[in-house]
Amino acid sequence: MKKLKASLLTTLTWLLVLGFFFPVGWMFLNSFKSENDAASIVPKIFFNVDLASFQRLSERGMGDYLLHSLASSVSSTILVILLAVPAAYALSIRPIKKVQDALSFFISTRFMPAAASILPLYMIFKTLHILDNISALTLVYAAMNLPIAVWMMRSFFSEVPHEIVEAAQIDGANFRTEITRVVLPIVIPGIAAVALICFIFSWNEYFLATLLTSNNAKTTPPFLASFVDGRGLFLSVLSAASTVAALPVMIAGWVAQKQLVRGLAMGAVK
Amino acid sequence: MTSITPVELKARHSKIAKKNVWLSRSLILPALVFGIVLTQIPFLVTIYFSMLRWNLLMPGQIGFAWFKNYETVFTSGDLIPSLAATVGITTAAVLLSLACGLIFALLLDRKFRGQALARTLVITPFLIMPAAASLIWKYSMFDTGIGVINWAVTSLGFQPIAWSTDYPMATVIIVLTWQFTPFMMLILLAGLQSQSKEVLEAASVDGAGPIRTFQWMTLPHLRQYIEISVLLGTIMLLQVFDPVAIMTKGTGGTKTLAYLLYERAFIGLDVGQAAAYGVVTVVLTLIVATIALKTLFKVFMAGGNR
Repeated sequence: MKKLKASLLTTLTWLLVLGFFFPVGWMFLNSFKSENDAASIVPKIFFNVDLASFQRLSERGMGDYLLHSLASSVSSTILVILLAVPAAYALSIRPIKKVQDALSFFISTRFMPAAASILPLYMIFKTLHILDNISALTLVYAAMNLPIAVWMMRSFFSEVPHEIVEAAQIDGANFRTEITRVVLPIVIPGIAAVALICFIFSWNEYFLATLLTSNNAKTTPPFLASFVDGRGLFLSVLSAASTVAALPVMIAGWVAQKQLVRGLAMGAVK
Repeated sequence: MTSITPVELKARHSKIAKKNVWLSRSLILPALVFGIVLTQIPFLVTIYFSMLRWNLLMPGQIGFAWFKNYETVFTSGDLIPSLAATVGITTAAVLLSLACGLIFALLLDRKFRGQALARTLVITPFLIMPAAASLIWKYSMFDTGIGVINWAVTSLGFQPIAWSTDYPMATVIIVLTWQFTPFMMLILLAGLQSQSKEVLEAASVDGAGPIRTFQWMTLPHLRQYIEISVLLGTIMLLQVFDPVAIMTKGTGGTKTLAYLLYERAFIGLDVGQAAAYGVVTVVLTLIVATIALKTLFKVFMAGGNR
């Protein structure tokens, strides 16, 4: 009886999981169909594999958009980490007065919609001629992710036992030794988790990318959105484009699941 | 290390303390300055812009309009529906994804065959690019001709449903719920797994059924995780733009504040008015968020504070 109940529950779980995953799996399948098969009114589960859609993507220049996405995501992530790690270190290991003020300031900037600052930034970037340029995206993505990064990093740093740091300081360890020998080894996985999350947010970002780029620095999400006006049959090529766009983050997320969970849950609870 | 006297130790301590203050400030400064330059100062400039009469189509006629733009914002009749759309979509998506996330978290917390694979599949919608998710749902799921959902609906003998035109609100909420369920699930699952197994076993030995155990032990334990996931979900969803822009273009009561601002500024080309909308959006968001922040910090202070 108990066994039956357990296997029923497992079956139910799998049904729900597969149903939930279905749109992604369907996107996968559609990307390998011919346009006619993809547009079939009765959904086709069995079909002849047709790679034409992927070919059409490279004809439409998707490679460039992927490169722009990669460049802006990687550079903004590096910038965020460079800024957030020292700040989080100061906030948690060497707390100063009004730490909470600085912290709440950081978090409150995340509550502020992009709407608040995007118009002046747009004008400034236009004047500086870096509109439609990767560096503009890098800056705004870094600003967008900084609060969350500081917040999560702080919780990873507070995992470093206070006594160890103090002992090292008393023993006369200089700042560099303290960082490289004592603190960094403990927080490296945390930094990786935060970097991954910042990368995902930047890679997937659509609103700012639409506003700040047009041709030279257009990233993948606005390119995908341009399919909305597509004429004729386009489901297969759209699915192929979505698959290619989503795959890097999906694989990174699958591989680094543990870090991802830790980053989210730690930042959240600690 | 040679032995040191207590007096020396105290001296070292105070020296370190002095150095610490200086060091801490210089470590936090770059991030602080960066944040101020890219978010706070532009916001002040937005307030200034909102006082201007400035339309990009008429570049020669820039001048002070004072509160004219705000008058337009409050009298044009766009603001209230937009606020309602934002709050409605956010609330519905947060609650639904929380419910779905809790169900998945409970189901995935058990040991069963392929547990790791199942979890991997469930978190995928959170990883997928939101623009891609909106497009995939719009065309391969909801489309009246080629959408799978409508194929299922018609196979059951019903009329196909034109989701994104007839039920735009539901369409946007379904897609957002799908995207945010994994996020809620991850946080709640972390909460479930931090629950002490012994206590649960003791409860079951004492004859508490699964429902009572859930109600009296698991739910109170999950409370702070639920609060956090609701707050973080709210922050992200209040600024929602992608599915609105891609699936409905703001029709049928789905014109959120973010989309309204985009429309005003980058389609309407009226900088002054868009800035006024921006300022009002920020104020409204901050009101909603302050309530959230207060709760957040309550949990935060009780948690990992040194």
